[in-house]
Amino acid sequence: MLRTKQKRTEQAADLRLQSQIGEEERFGDLMRRMARENKTAVISFFVIILMVLAAALAPLLTPYEENGMDLLHRLSAPSTEHLLGTDEGGRDVLTRLLFGARVSLLIGVVPALLSLILGAVLGAIAGYRGGIADAVIMRIADVMLAFPSMLLAMVIMYALGGGILNVFLTLTLVNWANVARVVRAQTLKLRSSEFVEAAQIIGVSRNRIMRRHILPNCLPTLLVLFTLNIPASILTESSLSFLGLGIQPPNASWGLMINTGRQYLYNTPWLCFAPGAAIMLTMLAFNFLGNGLLDVLDPRMQKQ
Amino acid sequence: MSEYLLEARELTKEFPAAGKKTVHAVSGVSLQIRKGETLGLVGESGCGKSTLGRLLIRTLQPTSGEVLFRGQSVTRMKDSEFKPLRKEMQLVFQDPYASLDPRMTVRDLVAEPIETWKLYGSREEVTERVRELLRAVGVPEEFLHRYPHQFSGGQRQRIGIARAIAANPSFIVCDEPVSALDVSVQNQILNLLKELKETRDLTYLFISHDLSVVRYLADRVCVMFLGKICEIGPTEEVYEHPRHPYTRFLLDAVPVPDPAARGKQIHLLKGEAPSPADPPSGCRFRTRCPYATERCAEEEPALQEEDGVRAACHCAGKW
Amino acid sequence: MNDRTLEVRNLNVTIRTDRREVRPVNDVSLDVLAGSIVGIVGESGCGKSMTARAVMGLLPYSGKVDGGTVRLCGREITALPEKERRKLRGSEISMIFQEPMTSLNPVIKVGKQVEETIRLHTECSREEAKEKTLAMFREVEIPEAETRYHCYPHQLSGGLRQRVMIAMAMVCKPKLLIADEPTTALDVTVEAQILNLLEHLRDAGTSVLIISHNLGVIARVCDYVYVMYAGRIVEQAATEVLFGRPTHPYTRGLFRSVNSLREGSATLETIPGVVPNLFRLPAGCSFSLRCGQCGANCEKNMPELLETEPDHRVRCFLTEKEDAE
Repeated sequence: MLRTKQKRTEQAADLRLQSQIGEEERFGDLMRRMARENKTAVISFFVIILMVLAAALAPLLTPYEENGMDLLHRLSAPSTEHLLGTDEGGRDVLTRLLFGARVSLLIGVVPALLSLILGAVLGAIAGYRGGIADAVIMRIADVMLAFPSMLLAMVIMYALGGGILNVFLTLTLVNWANVARVVRAQTLKLRSSEFVEAAQIIGVSRNRIMRRHILPNCLPTLLVLFTLNIPASILTESSLSFLGLGIQPPNASWGLMINTGRQYLYNTPWLCFAPGAAIMLTMLAFNFLGNGLLDVLDPRMQKQ
Repeated sequence: MSEYLLEARELTKEFPAAGKKTVHAVSGVSLQIRKGETLGLVGESGCGKSTLGRLLIRTLQPTSGEVLFRGQSVTRMKDSEFKPLRKEMQLVFQDPYASLDPRMTVRDLVAEPIETWKLYGSREEVTERVRELLRAVGVPEEFLHRYPHQFSGGQRQRIGIARAIAANPSFIVCDEPVSALDVSVQNQILNLLKELKETRDLTYLFISHDLSVVRYLADRVCVMFLGKICEIGPTEEVYEHPRHPYTRFLLDAVPVPDPAARGKQIHLLKGEAPSPADPPSGCRFRTRCPYATERCAEEEPALQEEDGVRAACHCAGKW
Repeated sequence: MNDRTLEVRNLNVTIRTDRREVRPVNDVSLDVLAGSIVGIVGESGCGKSMTARAVMGLLPYSGKVDGGTVRLCGREITALPEKERRKLRGSEISMIFQEPMTSLNPVIKVGKQVEETIRLHTECSREEAKEKTLAMFREVEIPEAETRYHCYPHQLSGGLRQRVMIAMAMVCKPKLLIADEPTTALDVTVEAQILNLLEHLRDAGTSVLIISHNLGVIARVCDYVYVMYAGRIVEQAATEVLFGRPTHPYTRGLFRSVNSLREGSATLETIPGVVPNLFRLPAGCSFSLRCGQCGANCEKNMPELLETEPDHRVRCFLTEKEDAE
């Protein structure tokens, strides 16, 4: 007995000496590691913070009002007075860009998040429970996906009427089906994995298996879907606004700005260019941040 | 009251296969396991040994037949009736890479059965118990908050074993627990399994294709071929005096780590194993058996007992 | 006249990961004599497969040979351009792998796959290639060769698939066949058949290099054995000599592990600890951390691979001392 005990301490010492185990990692280390290994992700993170701050502090950052018309200075080129020029109503483009960020960022993030949660839960239930639940959920999803998403959004918006809350609802309803399909496929794969079988043998309940084993392992996919859904939502909203179904003028959103600026594209390209660049920057920032988070959150990618 | 901890009666499991065929994974298997013994289960891939292991712990339901645990029919129980027995029967997996959730820490993995069965109340008590278990299986406690991928194969298998014993089961199915490991590490795990069995009063069903591993651990051994038992009996007796020709071939085919044994002409099994979707008539081994007679094609041999060994062969020991 | 089919000298392989380099094959020299079966034995991660891949010129993307020579029948091949190497593969050297399912294309009939190999390396018509394929199938003892010709890989058993792989490897009569764990995925009865087949190939004049972790397989077919540990050869000898007088502490540990299991001793012998991570090799002898007889010198310096008796080399400081005992 004493001998086995002694042997075991020796063994433990051995393991410590040469095993592949690195040092334990805390949350701070995790962020520091991301900073070290994936600089784009960190930059993206700060870009997003900056945009959120700029949107929140918009009134303090600009001397102009969101809808301050100045018909004498219509469509003026960028100058020291109007850094990004003015639009067809003589409104300062930079100011509208800042105010538009409030709407557009919300429209990007909120529906993406809502559709993600809805899609993930429904997809996981469909995949893990199977049977009737699966059939019902997936047929509804199929119907949603069978319609062109723009048409579907138009129909829903038309039925509900304009306003930002209805835009959230519409975009969520349009996007969840895609998420649900992907999560279901992933769940089916995970359901037959050995570690789920192991949990079943231990006696873990089905709900807990879904929470503890299946959803966390879908996380990488979900993050990717999230970052892809944000720009998609912003763009869909802009089309809706263009059709008069989304955000109503004179309020600003990036999509709306592109669409109104489109008519003057030839002579005053900055009207489209500025909000276009803002959308692109947002999209890239969320994408890079998503990728960085993926690497950091996967325990397998941690240093050995 | 039954003298056996676990008893299988005429267990049969069929799986549907492509082309309206049925795969007869396990066909009419009856066996008994006494409390505290280790039954070795050997056979080649596709012989149904893993399926049988999962039938015994009710992660699969048999097509027909039943499993008795402490004399009670587990097969006929409702899920709610079976629930308290769930923690009595556990499984150690072959692949320690696939059977541990990569996103959970060692602490959470080992704590999962304890929390599921609410064996301890507070978080501290659970963690303390996890530490105890890790000590018992030889994983240094300070690795509590690491993830599985940071460990080597042998260490992961130790974690898998800690999970299996965490809820104090009485019966454990070890499904090829060492075949993915290196030779030197394999022995560490076998020593551990043997030690745990003694200290924790366990009963094992030890599934392996490696005959020397089974010989080391098992009190009795059961040889399967194509879903049926060929031979079952005390390990030494079966290894020394195999009564079924298939057992003889299996034993002879194992390469011996001694070049001097090379000259010895070994019996080689000819041909291919028949498909479990289309088993031959009569004795399932007859198509590969050099001693097969007409009787073997017509009549299926039943298990017959001789000196404590039961073998299913018409000319058991007389070939 | 050169009777060495393969001559590897001081071969190094490095693999670059993010910003670190590891050397899974370190200063490996080995010979395969014509008409012999040579084995490399070691645990996972010891570099045995990487050695084989380096010889084949099939290193992973991040790996490269840096230093050392590989001669095939006297001809240096590491410096050859990729196009030339490709010509060699399949015609002069071939390789079979552990899992035949993953190395066969699942959507092409196995007969066609073998036929393609023939037509790739030799000028011949479809009919000739098919005939050759069938002849090869019979040679590797595939029953009902004509029927099997039209099978897809998934329709065959593991043993038959491995035979198809061997047939594919052997159709152009290579001088050297490298078999990387050829029987690990197979059942023991099938393993015995495949090992017999490899012996027949050897008797027909092909040299074989077998890589395995299974001492039983090595003892059964090899004429000469190299033992690898953490990227280096630690012991080499003719099979009878090695199994009769294993000398390196690691080799002896392996043998003790296997034999104690076979003899059924009460507690099994083990080698304490685990195979070291190549990123964290000890300063001296790689085995020093797990070695029961490790001395001060062992922790500081790497021993040389020295001859302890004719044609028996061991990489250990302790060998002289042990001889004295």
